[in-house]
Amino acid sequence: MRQRAVVIGAGIVGSAAARSLAKAGLDVVVVDRSAPASGTTAHGEGNLLVSDKAPGPELVMALAAAAAWPGLVRELEDELGEEFPPLEFEAKGGLVVATTEQGAGPLLAFASRQRAAGVDAREITVEDALRLEPDLNPAITAAVHYPQDSQVQPVAVSEALLASARRHGATVMATTGIVGPILGGSGELVGVRTDRGELRADAVVVAAGPWSGEVARTLGVSVPVRPRRGMVLVTSRMPRRIFHKVYDADYVGAVGSDDASLQTSSVVEATESGNVLIGSSRQQLGFDDRLRVDTISAIATKALRLFPFLSEQPVIRTYGGFRPYMPDHLPLVGPDHRLAGLWHATGHEGAGIGLAPVTGDLLAAMITGTEPLFDPAPYAPSRPSLAPYLEAVA
Amino acid sequence: MRQVVIVGAGPAGLAAARAARGAGADVVLLDSSDALGGQFWRHLPESRPSQHEKRLHHGWDRFRELRDSLEADPRVRIVRGGQVWAIETFAGVAVHVVVGESDGALRDREVFAPDALVLATGAHDRTLPFPGWDLPGVFTGGAAQALAKGERIAVGQRVIVAGAGPFLLPVAQSLASTGSTVLAVLEANSAGSIIRGWSRRPWELIPASGKGMELVGYAAGQLRHRIPYRTGRAVVAAHGTDRVESVTVAALNADWSPIPGSEQRVEVDAVCVSHGFTPRLELAVAAGCDLSGEGFVVVDDDQLTSTPGVYAAGEITGIGGVDLAIAEGEIAGRHAGGALGGAASARRRRRVFTGFAKRIEAAHGIKPGWTGWLTEPTIVCRCEEVTCGAIRQAARTTRSESLRSLKLTTRAGLGICQGRMCGRTVEDLLGAASTEGSLQDDASPHRRPIAFPLRLGELADPTRQLEHETSKGTQ
Repeated sequence: MRQRAVVIGAGIVGSAAARSLAKAGLDVVVVDRSAPASGTTAHGEGNLLVSDKAPGPELVMALAAAAAWPGLVRELEDELGEEFPPLEFEAKGGLVVATTEQGAGPLLAFASRQRAAGVDAREITVEDALRLEPDLNPAITAAVHYPQDSQVQPVAVSEALLASARRHGATVMATTGIVGPILGGSGELVGVRTDRGELRADAVVVAAGPWSGEVARTLGVSVPVRPRRGMVLVTSRMPRRIFHKVYDADYVGAVGSDDASLQTSSVVEATESGNVLIGSSRQQLGFDDRLRVDTISAIATKALRLFPFLSEQPVIRTYGGFRPYMPDHLPLVGPDHRLAGLWHATGHEGAGIGLAPVTGDLLAAMITGTEPLFDPAPYAPSRPSLAPYLEAVA
Repeated sequence: MRQVVIVGAGPAGLAAARAARGAGADVVLLDSSDALGGQFWRHLPESRPSQHEKRLHHGWDRFRELRDSLEADPRVRIVRGGQVWAIETFAGVAVHVVVGESDGALRDREVFAPDALVLATGAHDRTLPFPGWDLPGVFTGGAAQALAKGERIAVGQRVIVAGAGPFLLPVAQSLASTGSTVLAVLEANSAGSIIRGWSRRPWELIPASGKGMELVGYAAGQLRHRIPYRTGRAVVAAHGTDRVESVTVAALNADWSPIPGSEQRVEVDAVCVSHGFTPRLELAVAAGCDLSGEGFVVVDDDQLTSTPGVYAAGEITGIGGVDLAIAEGEIAGRHAGGALGGAASARRRRRVFTGFAKRIEAAHGIKPGWTGWLTEPTIVCRCEEVTCGAIRQAARTTRSESLRSLKLTTRAGLGICQGRMCGRTVEDLLGAASTEGSLQDDASPHRRPIAFPLRLGELADPTRQLEHETSKGTQ
């Protein structure tokens, strides 16, 4: 009999996992308490980044992802046809700049370490940076160009991965909540109880983003995934004047930070449709999604330091989402060492869009026992860096 | 001193302001326009007064009296051109406002943290799309009315007014009084459904005879200008190259689906369409107020919403017209101002006119068959130029049942109007096109955390910027 997998969560990570598993020949059911692609996936910018990642396991994953994306997009487009909404993949490249004298040295040193780890990180002059981005504030002090950074429309891609999973036989159950585990004779997980009935499975994958902690708890184990809120501003459409993803170098510091209070850093980019997206903030407030004006005001203030001309541009929307934050800053991908039959695919914080496809492939390789593209050990729930947090939440 | 902030200076907001003052509170009255009166009492600028406002406006004397008393009151601060762009709720209620001309220099920001807030943000008219509705010369009823009332500009010479609801009558009257020839008023609902809607328990209408008089006045105007009123008909397409030159009028079934073979071409140089009203809910949603299944703000007997300290009055609690709005405004203002109980007369009037609102919905409500006049290339979201076909195709290919997902993949409703024009239409179309026949997520088309666009430079905090520059120098 075919192996069966239940994937909990139909955001981009769950949809990617479902597709990889279905392509590997498993019988897959995707369960979501709401509708697919409506949570964290629908509240981000669609970043596929290597520029913000320090050498280490997350960068290994990001480099694999950067290499895989162009092929994946072609594959999905071929498979789903012209009628499917556009995926808006754009290999636009990133430009990280320092805006202070003090910031220049650390940025260049960081880029040099990334280069040693295989990242295409090109130190360029201020003049060259202004050639890449003519409207950039000329008062910058250093610049690094990252040609591998790119962008997609995250919701369209997530829907495409799910549509593809369906074509490979997966079924999707929306508005279905998880009620509890079904345990086998030796205490192993053999399925889940949902509010629409029981689903038996050889593998249960929790891919519920920032809500994964809640789902795991329902199944009897704890994982220290916490929501870290982010806000993005969207301007009205305009003729294109911003060509790359442009970051203030302090973004890198904010990504790797443990600080729960508000942090903002500038991330400015134009989309294909002509809107400019301006991020971003990082703040731990639980699942509180109420607007905080000081947060978006701080984002706007910093963005104007990069692109002063934006001052006159109307902001028409802001949206906030919850990133799945891990205390040791690494995604959680692999088998749960405390409950056989349970697998995790979450904890990518702000990088989940870019890392979703390789996460799906990695997970499918582990579940089917084939050779993974890279070593999965650093992402395992049993990794040493996570042990103290697992005990704390147990 | 207790402070009450009131958003919206239409009939409900003006009545609330006076009632809050009557209860002893200080009042800040915010309105995004330069004049008091809202959409209902929209009039020529004070610099160009007219003798004829009284004839154009129902209840004009009442408006003047309200306005004058508030303007003369030193404990009422009236902020004209004050646009509320955000409401925060995590530490009491904070109302964020930009003040000034939206196309001028960067506007000033101001923040209020009142003891009570009254939302009286009103409604705008809802227009259903049809092929050619994006041609110049096609106006919403509200826009045509605003041009007539606020500028005395006629939208065309040969005009058809079409859609649904009693609002079509004052639109036709305003057009006629500014010199347009109104060829016909077309009401989509059948005569039968209008009569059934209005005549259910007719004795309930007796106390509302003032309201009846308002309608009789419009009907008399209709007769005076010899405007035919035809039911069960709609403009189902507009034609023209640079602007509208003619329209197709069709007879409709009871569910508003067009009857094949009934189409007639009529030459016009303008069309005004209105299919009822949709409440302006973004501020109420931002303030965390619960909405009813019908999509209005839920209030208790004192007009208090589900958010402590936040009251709502007027069309956002149910489309009921000026008399109901004034009664609700009086009650809301009185309680927001700190009074307990009372307002018996306003409560009685509210009861009477609430029944009136239900009749309007029963007689003139939108029926689902209207999508039958859409074609695949019909533009639905005008800001982003998204067609009906694109929306249906996205729903079919993704099989999505999520409003949020479908909006993001089609861009419908993501433009500069923030979905005000098309939000409900997109929701209806996507719901009908989705596999399950309804949408599964909790996305609200009224959720706009930035309630109105403001410029990045207005949003940025100048003091913070300065601090940063300073700290940069000393690091």
